Amino acid sequence: MSDLTTQTLVKLCKNIKEKKISSTEVTKAFIERSEKSKTLNAYITTDFENALTKAKQFDEKPNLDLKLPGIPIAVKDLFCTKKVKTTAGSKILQSFTPTYESTVTDNLWNAGGILLGKLNCDEFAMGSSNETSYYGNVQNPIDENLVPGGSSGGSASAVAAQLTPITIGTDTGGSIRQPASFTGTVGLKPTYGSCSRYGIVAFASSLDQAGPMSQNVEDCALLHEVISTFDNKDSTSINFKRNNYLQELSKNIKGKKIGIPKEYRVEGMPKEIEDLWQKGIDYIKECGAEVVDISLPHTSYALPTYYIVAPAEASSNLARYDGVKYGFRAEGKNLIDMYEKTRSEGFGAEVQRRIMIGTYVLSSGYYDAYYLKAQKVRKLIKNDFDEAYKQVDAILTPSTPSSAFKIGEKKDDPVSMYLNDIFTVPVNLAGLPGISIPAGHDAKGYPLGLQIIGKAFDEQNILNIAYAMEEKIGFKNNITDWWIK
Amino acid sequence: MTIDLKTIKHISKLSRISVDEAKAEKLAGDLNSIFKFIEKLNELKTDNVEPLTSVAETTLRLRGDEVKSNNIKEEIIKNSPKENKDFFVVPKVVE
Repeated sequence: MSDLTTQTLVKLCKNIKEKKISSTEVTKAFIERSEKSKTLNAYITTDFENALTKAKQFDEKPNLDLKLPGIPIAVKDLFCTKKVKTTAGSKILQSFTPTYESTVTDNLWNAGGILLGKLNCDEFAMGSSNETSYYGNVQNPIDENLVPGGSSGGSASAVAAQLTPITIGTDTGGSIRQPASFTGTVGLKPTYGSCSRYGIVAFASSLDQAGPMSQNVEDCALLHEVISTFDNKDSTSINFKRNNYLQELSKNIKGKKIGIPKEYRVEGMPKEIEDLWQKGIDYIKECGAEVVDISLPHTSYALPTYYIVAPAEASSNLARYDGVKYGFRAEGKNLIDMYEKTRSEGFGAEVQRRIMIGTYVLSSGYYDAYYLKAQKVRKLIKNDFDEAYKQVDAILTPSTPSSAFKIGEKKDDPVSMYLNDIFTVPVNLAGLPGISIPAGHDAKGYPLGLQIIGKAFDEQNILNIAYAMEEKIGFKNNITDWWIK
Repeated sequence: MTIDLKTIKHISKLSRISVDEAKAEKLAGDLNSIFKFIEKLNELKTDNVEPLTSVAETTLRLRGDEVKSNNIKEEIIKNSPKENKDFFVVPKVVE
């Protein structure tokens, strides 16, 4: 069977289960395509030989009841994978090989998945363009000059370019949904506590959440079903009844009430985004759902809140990288000097900047004015959503304020870079699930995404809305394989 | 408020990241623009608002104090940049 890499995950699983294709054939196909796609710089580490061995083992003793029967999968290099290098896109972890497995990836392998390799990302997931990675920027398969978004840029690029059928990213302020939007793919940020954070390199612990990235909503639902589990090893994992997300997927959203928040019409937003949002509203109505105008009055305070909370938690999480226990070490004349040189040479500019912000807002004399203030505003932002959900079942917004921008375009202006996450950040602050689906193209032909935000633990509902809209939208990605010579 | 070079030096010491003059100046510029943006929060009155520390409205689960795996000293030390007989090696601390 040719064109194996163009098949959706659900189709691949079905074909393997019906013994029409083998895991080895599928794995080979994705490896071959990945090898021809080095220009994209989507991988940091590949594990192709092992993947083939595992595929062969699977085929010799196939377990066809598994949810991901012998499916090859590349994952963001933020997940610890036993015996496979895990760098978090940083020089400081360039030689780190975990001796344990993250729960989310463990779930993948237990379901029959096979690791292809580790995908590039912004350093410690800090970035919106994949330009902060120590291992170089990733190219967007849409166009060689475009960023793929970030921080899960390698993951988004790999799914869009069909180097892996599906992937896992992490989302602290939009790191799954923004790159999904920039590459014309689907990305789900689950409810905080739905997927275990055990074994994920920590950035901002009260915001980080792993989630699926895929070509379509069905694949996303299946993958979410596999990775969303309760885990005793993560004290913030929540024990609630999870759905069979794929099996329960339904396009029937008649009577659902969808909120349109007026505060998301931000100043300077391109008309194309406005138009896309309006189209989304029309599609929702065509599906039989009701559109309701709502207000989330504290929306404009979300980004400033995020840029206190996230760096504060990062500065504390990243204190463990001191050149003693793992990774890179710079020599120094005494212990303190060694720490300072190691961290100065081992962390990139954006990470250093955020550690500094975090250290400052937590330091004596400034804690109340910044960190405590931000926690209070975070409460107001969460209250806005709680109020809105008294009236509606879900909320529809654009995913990003623009389409993918050019590599280098925003590199020297941190605030302008941060503004990319203006529509995604409130969701992390409130701990809610949000999904980005491709919904159209701008005048340049670059993909644009719409975001559906749900109530906590209501992933099934937003998957259903996304599924219904996906059919109406009929999106097709314009990828020409330009990088394959 | 403005972040001057003296403040940058102070934060650099607290965060154990060394910065030279050129880097300090660049950082001061960046941090000032970021804090100008953050200052928007002062528009809000929050005196009577409870701070939100976690969105998960559960009490933190505690683990039992039990040994889960034995004799993993080697594994733990394996990733260290410098080691000697099961110990992490660091520059001399006591003269």
